[in-house]
Amino acid sequence: MNRIAAIAVHTFKESVRERVLYTLVVFAMLMIGAGLILGSVSVGINEIALVNLGLSAISIFGLLIAVFIGISLVWKEVERRTLYNVLSKPVARAEFILGKYFGLVLTLAVNTAVMTAGFYLVLWCEKGRLTAADLAPLEAIYFILLELMLVVGVALLFSTMSSPALSAVFTLSLYVIGNLLSDLRGFGEQSGSAALRGLLRAVSLVLPDFGAFSDIAPAAHGELVAGWQVLSHSLYAVLYTAILLSATILIFERRDLR
Amino acid sequence: MWAVEINELTKDYRLGFWSKKHKRALDHLSLTVEPGEVFGLLGPNGAGKTTLMKLLLRLTFPTAGSASILGRPLGDVRARARLGYLPENPYFYDHLTAAEFLNYAGWLCGLDAVERRQRSHELLERVGLSGSAGVPMRRFSKGMVQRLGIAQALVNDPDVVLLDEPMSGLDPLGRRQVRDLVLDLRRNGKTIFFSTHILPDAEALCDRVAVLNGGRLQDLGNLQEILRSSVQSIELVLHDPPPQALAALAGFNPTVTRNGDRVRLELSANADADAVLKAALGAGARVVSLNPVKLFSLEDYFLSRVQESAPRSTEEKVSSTEAGLG
Repeated sequence: MNRIAAIAVHTFKESVRERVLYTLVVFAMLMIGAGLILGSVSVGINEIALVNLGLSAISIFGLLIAVFIGISLVWKEVERRTLYNVLSKPVARAEFILGKYFGLVLTLAVNTAVMTAGFYLVLWCEKGRLTAADLAPLEAIYFILLELMLVVGVALLFSTMSSPALSAVFTLSLYVIGNLLSDLRGFGEQSGSAALRGLLRAVSLVLPDFGAFSDIAPAAHGELVAGWQVLSHSLYAVLYTAILLSATILIFERRDLR
Repeated sequence: MWAVEINELTKDYRLGFWSKKHKRALDHLSLTVEPGEVFGLLGPNGAGKTTLMKLLLRLTFPTAGSASILGRPLGDVRARARLGYLPENPYFYDHLTAAEFLNYAGWLCGLDAVERRQRSHELLERVGLSGSAGVPMRRFSKGMVQRLGIAQALVNDPDVVLLDEPMSGLDPLGRRQVRDLVLDLRRNGKTIFFSTHILPDAEALCDRVAVLNGGRLQDLGNLQEILRSSVQSIELVLHDPPPQALAALAGFNPTVTRNGDRVRLELSANADADAVLKAALGAGARVVSLNPVKLFSLEDYFLSRVQESAPRSTEEKVSSTEAGLG
């Protein structure tokens, strides 16, 4: 556990010293801030537009950070051979993978917290005060974090097997498909072919259902999802991430570091 | 208990992702290293030295054979708790300072915060980098990186230290510093297992060496013994010999060089020295000296051994591509 913490803290330090991270966070803040302008030209729905834009910025820039730092997490250590130094110490390969994962999740959590603070600052500027009803977007932000945990798991899996460019393509493709799973299921149900229906149902069960975490629109209207849904989404994210990490560890344990 | 024990260790690398062909990087290597010994692994580039290091650290997996460190098999993470390692051409994290890096290395070894601080301070002092503790590693010269690499290898006060080409790319001063560090470790009873192709360093430091070439063990033993036993030829020097003396010695196929009155005959190392002497004296020659010609340095020895096996290695490389993973 101690060694996982060491690697996680090191990964966090490494990530927060990446320039790309600051660029993305600054862009996210600009986009959240742009909500003020958009709100002023959206008569009657200025608050909804602002929440929509703010949460979308947190989601999109969180995704970009998760993908672009996640895909190079293991690859960079292998390519630069800094991994030799880590694995020559009494560190199991599984501990290395878990440390890398938790380090990036920590980075994302801190970034999301910073962007959330920026979002509420903009909301306060728009409304002049904040009420209990304004806490609804926090639920959507929690779902965004769950989604990012899954994205990091996917990026890390590809990072142990392929180059960053390929990992980015695979991770983003899986993210897009994962957001369309309910459409795929619907298409299967309407199809006359039992084989196609079965295939699409199997695909939607196996691939990560990123669409399940999309809660931005209801949050913008101040709607909260049921408590059991929060729990089931959390369990889904944790279980799926555990499966992804297990697969990553299995592959990495067998990898020859040439 | 051996510090390092290697039994029939073999490693084949696949040539490409889709290819079924393999290249044998290490071929049934067996050797043992005693505790407290400075053991040198010698060989040209591609001899299998780094492959062996990686196998010992479980960075790659053997095709066949086994090895242990301080009695523990390589798969046992605890074996690495008493091990230090300096990779070849080390590259560490640009974004960390020297002190941060040693702190990280110590943390990975399970040291607590106080131990890590003390150990970092002590090691930076020992490798002459105490003035650069807060400097980011991207500003380090190669020599500084190498010394920091040695410091991180010693952070857990290991019993066995693996150094992969520790003098590579260093200037004479840097080499001297690393050499002194190794000698210091030996004085403290550590086992040093290091690979190098800089032979004077091996001559200066090693108790025993193993010579690897083409993945095979060519020689193993005490350095002085290896050099002593390597008679290359026999040299016979005569003073103004009559023609019949040279004719009598022609049967031994000598290489003859004349220098004034002196005639030097270089004969094969297998030539019967008694018979040579008898033939020369019988033909009326005045013998000045009869000496075995030995190798003077490890470098001479090493080159002769590598050249001896060069044709065989080339053939083997071709045939080994067909070898399968065991």
